[in-house]
Amino acid sequence: MAHVVLRHRDIPNLNQFDVYKKNGGFSAFKNAVKKMQPTEVTDVVKNSGLRGRGGAGFPTGMKWSFIDNKNWPHYVVANADESEPGTFKDREIMESNPFQFLEGLALCSYAVAANVAYIYLRGEFWQLAAFLDEKIAEMEEAGLLGNKILGTDYSLKIYTHLGAGAYICGEETALLESLEGKRGQPRVRPPFPPTFGLYGKPTIINNVETFANVPMILANGADWYKSMGTADSSGVKVFSLSGRVRRPGNYELPFGATFRELIYGEKNGAGVQDARQVKALMPAGASSSLIVVNGDDKILDTPMDYASVRTLGSELGSASVIVIDDTVSIDWVINKTIHFFKHESCGKCTPCREGTYWMQNIVHRIHGGDGKQGDVDLLLNVAKQMQGKCLCALGDFSAMAVVTGIERFKGDFDKVVKV
Amino acid sequence: MSLVEKYPKEVKQILSKYPPEHKRSAVMPLLFLAQREEGYITKAGMQDIGKILDITETEVASVVGFYTLYHDAKAGKYRVQICNDLPCALRGADKFLEELCGNVGIKVGETTADGLVTFETVTCLAACDKAPMFQTQGPDGINYHENMTINKAMEVIAGLKYAGKEVK
Ligand SMILES: Cc1cc2nc3c(=O)[nH]c(=O)nc-3n(C[C@H](O)[C@H](O)[C@H](O)COP(=O)(O)O)c2cc1C
Ligand code: SF4
Ligand code: FES
Repeated sequence: MAHVVLRHRDIPNLNQFDVYKKNGGFSAFKNAVKKMQPTEVTDVVKNSGLRGRGGAGFPTGMKWSFIDNKNWPHYVVANADESEPGTFKDREIMESNPFQFLEGLALCSYAVAANVAYIYLRGEFWQLAAFLDEKIAEMEEAGLLGNKILGTDYSLKIYTHLGAGAYICGEETALLESLEGKRGQPRVRPPFPPTFGLYGKPTIINNVETFANVPMILANGADWYKSMGTADSSGVKVFSLSGRVRRPGNYELPFGATFRELIYGEKNGAGVQDARQVKALMPAGASSSLIVVNGDDKILDTPMDYASVRTLGSELGSASVIVIDDTVSIDWVINKTIHFFKHESCGKCTPCREGTYWMQNIVHRIHGGDGKQGDVDLLLNVAKQMQGKCLCALGDFSAMAVVTGIERFKGDFDKVVKV
Repeated sequence: MSLVEKYPKEVKQILSKYPPEHKRSAVMPLLFLAQREEGYITKAGMQDIGKILDITETEVASVVGFYTLYHDAKAGKYRVQICNDLPCALRGADKFLEELCGNVGIKVGETTADGLVTFETVTCLAACDKAPMFQTQGPDGINYHENMTINKAMEVIAGLKYAGKEVK
């Protein structure tokens, strides 16, 4: 099947303006600004069933329809912070199919009547930001961005903005704080960004991959998009596959493809390294509940869509599938994830700040071979105490692998602690 | 020389991205600019930025302190930042790090005697399919080095001696 988002894999040099244009590029945006009402654009996206690709899977069209039309100006922000361990899809999209992403961003801006859009990229992507600046300039030169686009009354400027190394800035309200020039700490929600966003104004924030789907949906119609994927999760998803597979990388598959297709498909992961067995999966990067596999065929045949992954006691999230094989001990995995979350906790609320601190202390002790049996229970307790008490989802994320790791792989912990 | 005197064009271009009444948004790009030459941000640099944006030096410093890519202290000319987060570690990043430290003769957090290189570990850099990998942060910005072997890494580090000679 031809790619929808990773279209550059079928069309060489798609990141060049002329090539993109020749392959149908900008036709959706041109058609929209000339012939469609903004709300009609939102309706098509709504009908397509597109859900946000940043992790939460929120229906995109519905989000756009929440924009507060009594408060102006409006802003659109692209979330290109991409910092979840195991996630590296937005980078490929922006590098290799930048115009499709920018066209999607422009379509959203038109749909919610925003005249300014920002792309918030993680600081490490500074060369990519400069590259996008060039692409934006090319679109301005062609009259596709800037003042009075294509002779209409609609104007749009797109700017890039660099973060500086903070995972929490991927959380949408922390991102807005950061973009306002402050420490990137989450806001209390509600109000949500479509009513109170950047500079307190109505703002739509979506993930890069979400935007990259939009031009194809507008060009081919909502029904075409819905014909792919499942009823609950329409369309295609870019899966970032990492860990102990033979061919790590990004693979675009329709929602509902199985873990087995992704991990074992010859064109995809091509199997586990050294022909070992899959022991566990983390489908949402470090922010995952661990799925127990232990070579169980039934689990590997689970379709990857939001609803099905939930039946395994996990979440699909950003679909960054980390493969853990039977050479790996789960206490080692938890040691890594806790280190990450302890490092990235923004410190604004006590349960997360203290919880990640204590979890790191205890897991170091356990993993270092100095733990006692009671330490495992203590760790589980600290993690459970955090759940539901934190200001933003990072706190809950940090507890997820700990709780499921201990509950589902108890033996690995028993092995490393002294009785 | 102040930041505006040194980089008039850049400062103007940065400020043009944000509504004038929200120019505080420019603090992050200005900090990157201030950090360009020395590899860290000086007190004078923070005062400069505060003046440009009408905010206090303390407010600027609190932003510096929050983000890991800003530094307020001098280190080696290049920070070699090795990713040993979970996905990279599943593909041998810890072993790579250990061997690299052995080869260069410094530990994580240490700087080589010639002041050229400081080793640091970092969390995921969105390159997990190209592990082992590290980034170098220095006068020529941040650069990724992916699908590394010890030999390739040693070449990169040797090359840092000559890289960034013509600082812009
Ligand atoms: C701790 C944390 C980190 C996040 N990191 C990212 C990120 O790097 N990229 C992203 O698109 N969304 C991230 N999100 C989700 C955003 O808050 C937000 O839901 C998303 O950008 C909305 O876009 P979407 O509806 O298109 O998914 C993160 C959320 C949390 C709680
Ligand atoms: S849960 Fe953690 S990251 Fe989120 S606001 Fe609280 S301290 Fe910050
Ligand atoms: S874990 Fe190292 S780049 Fe993602």
